[in-house]
Amino acid sequence: MNNVPLLQVEDLKKYFPIKAGVFRRTVGWVKAVDGVSFEVFPEETLGIVGESGCGKSTLGMTVMRLYEPTAGSIFFQGEDISSLPASQLKGVRRNIQMIFQDPFTSLDPRMHIGSIVEEGMKVHRVASPPEVRRRALDLLEKVGLGAEYFSRYPHEFSGGQRQRIGIARALALNPRLVVADEPVSSLDVSVRSQILNLLKDLKREYQLTYIFISHDLAVVRQICDRVIVMYLGKVVEIADGDTFFSSPSHPYSVALTSAVPVPDPDYEVKRIILSGDVPSPINPPEGCRFHTRCPVAQEVCSQVEPALEEVGENQWVACHFPGSLSWERA
Amino acid sequence: MEENNLLLQVQDLKVYFYNEEGQELKAVDGVGFYLRKGETIALVGESGCGKSVTSLAILRLVDSDGKIQGGKILLEGRDLLSLSEREMREVRGRDISMIFQEPSSALNPVYTIGDQIIEAIILHQKLSYRQARKTAEELLRLVGIPEARKRLDEYPHELSGGMKQRAMIAMALSCHPKVLIADEPTTSLDVTIQAQILELIEELQRQLNMGVILITHDLGVVAGMAERVVVMYAGKVVEEGSRWDIFHHPHHPYTWGLLHSIPRLDVKQEKLAIIPGVVPDPLNFPSGCRFRNRCPLEDEVCLTEPSREEIENQHYVYCHHHSQIEVLETRGFSQ
Ligand SMILES: Nc1ncnc2c1ncn2[C@@H]1O[C@H](COP(=O)(O)OP(=O)(O)OP(=O)(O)O)[C@@H](O)[C@H]1O
Ligand SMILES: Nc1ncnc2c1ncn2[C@@H]1O[C@H](COP(=O)(O)OP(=O)(O)OP(=O)(O)O)[C@@H](O)[C@H]1O
Ligand code: SF4
Ligand SMILES: [Mg+2]
Ligand SMILES: [Mg+2]
Repeated sequence: MNNVPLLQVEDLKKYFPIKAGVFRRTVGWVKAVDGVSFEVFPEETLGIVGESGCGKSTLGMTVMRLYEPTAGSIFFQGEDISSLPASQLKGVRRNIQMIFQDPFTSLDPRMHIGSIVEEGMKVHRVASPPEVRRRALDLLEKVGLGAEYFSRYPHEFSGGQRQRIGIARALALNPRLVVADEPVSSLDVSVRSQILNLLKDLKREYQLTYIFISHDLAVVRQICDRVIVMYLGKVVEIADGDTFFSSPSHPYSVALTSAVPVPDPDYEVKRIILSGDVPSPINPPEGCRFHTRCPVAQEVCSQVEPALEEVGENQWVACHFPGSLSWERA
Repeated sequence: MEENNLLLQVQDLKVYFYNEEGQELKAVDGVGFYLRKGETIALVGESGCGKSVTSLAILRLVDSDGKIQGGKILLEGRDLLSLSEREMREVRGRDISMIFQEPSSALNPVYTIGDQIIEAIILHQKLSYRQARKTAEELLRLVGIPEARKRLDEYPHELSGGMKQRAMIAMALSCHPKVLIADEPTTSLDVTIQAQILELIEELQRQLNMGVILITHDLGVVAGMAERVVVMYAGKVVEEGSRWDIFHHPHHPYTWGLLHSIPRLDVKQEKLAIIPGVVPDPLNFPSGCRFRNRCPLEDEVCLTEPSREEIENQHYVYCHHHSQIEVLETRGFSQ
């Protein structure tokens, strides 16, 4: 791994206005991403996990400048892209591509898959038309779809095949960074592993860097080098994969790993059941945002917000009592 | 099977769809299994193999372009396929309830959560509005929704995904059904919330001695919750057994491949195991064994359809070469 980050995010915030009444006045804010900092190094796969609604997709979209950041900075290859005007984003858009969760809605149903893959190259005028055609054929071949599929339409493909098309499209412009938002969540087990293998192969071949958003911890285990855990718009833990999966430190990370169902009927379940519902990002709890559900919370947790601190090699945790919720996989 | 705790029996069920070109799609083609009182069984298998269609057929809610072309669905011995639509309406909700794959499709956005649960209660139980409202409130509390009374007056969009899912469970359970069909009840929920919801279903099952048919892609959930597992592939059952039979001694090559392609949590692997190839086109299923175009054990015998064989006590498999399954342990799926 190279030590100069490809992407550096500092104190990034994305708030969505809540509007009400006839005059559509702003009556509050959804603090979807609320002060997030991290780095992504070249050719690594960084996983982002956390429960539904914690801000993973918003973070991905904001990093790509598909959403305007509310505050904070985003450095891509050393350049601050957080305040670049839209007119100057073209270069960034080429270098950062996205693979979406839903292979059923992310492809234009009226375009055949060849032109779906070619479109970006045409918009960015990266090559002559015959060259563009050749590259599209190449890419489709790489993701396992031969030339005979070139003129077929998305509805003729299965979920796994559509996800392959989405991957070919994302790679067409030779990006440095690929943000994959739940790329395998809608696929079933055996197809899922096919796509994960493909992503691994392509990464090696094209020296890609991935931000991989998922709530499936086993998938993250298999594909990511480092892991970020988010909770209600904040980062609660950053660690390298091996460290995270052998000794998660934040109580939420511990509860999360403990609750992953194990495909073995003899496995004695000892999961930590958290009580209570996830609080709303409109009105996040004071202090540590996890304190309303945390099994080891003390008084200070409801008053003081914990900062992200290094607790061991390659492991950063935002908790007043890191490592105090213990749990062991049987 | 002559057991008096037998609750539901599905026998040789066939559900076919017809498209505009008049082609026949045999989505469910001769499926059979049984469910005992208080028991949980899991229906697993590749996307599109017919799990949801099977469960919709049990409730006789298959789309109008689909037809139940054969079979029996016996609820405590009574064939649901021979009931009138009126009798069937009573069965739905009172005897059999379903939690749908998509919570948003089951909850009506223009009515409050309370109205919907109360209506379900009044439909099946002779309660006044006030009593029904009280029952609804208790149910919401039972499924772990805080401030239940206030939530009754809220609309579906005001609830988080996890709460909507729980409201739907409350609705499904409002009439103390004998059978609960849970189709992907926790997909897209975080595992900590999933754990809460599954715990809740198990708790209510114990209280009500309900039979549960669980449909899920998450084999971890299956291993933890189901007593027996029915594995489907391309509209047919390929294997059926206790969870130990299935997880420790799978005998159908598809089951074997499925179990081996679960990503592991304990170690990082260079390459993930897969089942090569794709599911056959449902309009053109291969003759004989439908798994044969992907199967490493396949030979000319597989051109005829394998029949059901009991290989251990109540462990059934549909494969000509099940006795050679150990070959896969050394060779895997890579030929
Ligand atoms: N365009 C938007 N307008 C208003 N609120 C939004 C918008 N997009 C997301 N939100 C809110 O921001 C919060 C974070 O949502 P986000 O989609 O980023 O979560 P997520 O972690 O990706 O969840 P999931 O795992 O369900 O995909 C949620 O409360 C969501 O309702
Ligand atoms: N209303 C319909 N009209 C036509 N075909 C249908 C209809 N509903 C389902 N099918 C087809 O029937 C087959 C079985 O579908 P079903 O929804 O039961 O799969 P499933 O096992 O539940 O899959 P998943 O795991 O993706 O939910 C599929 O080939 C599907 O395309
Ligand atoms: S019957 Fe033949 S093709 Fe089908 S699973 Fe068994 S060995 Fe494979
Ligand atoms: Mg998301
Ligand atoms: Mg289904």
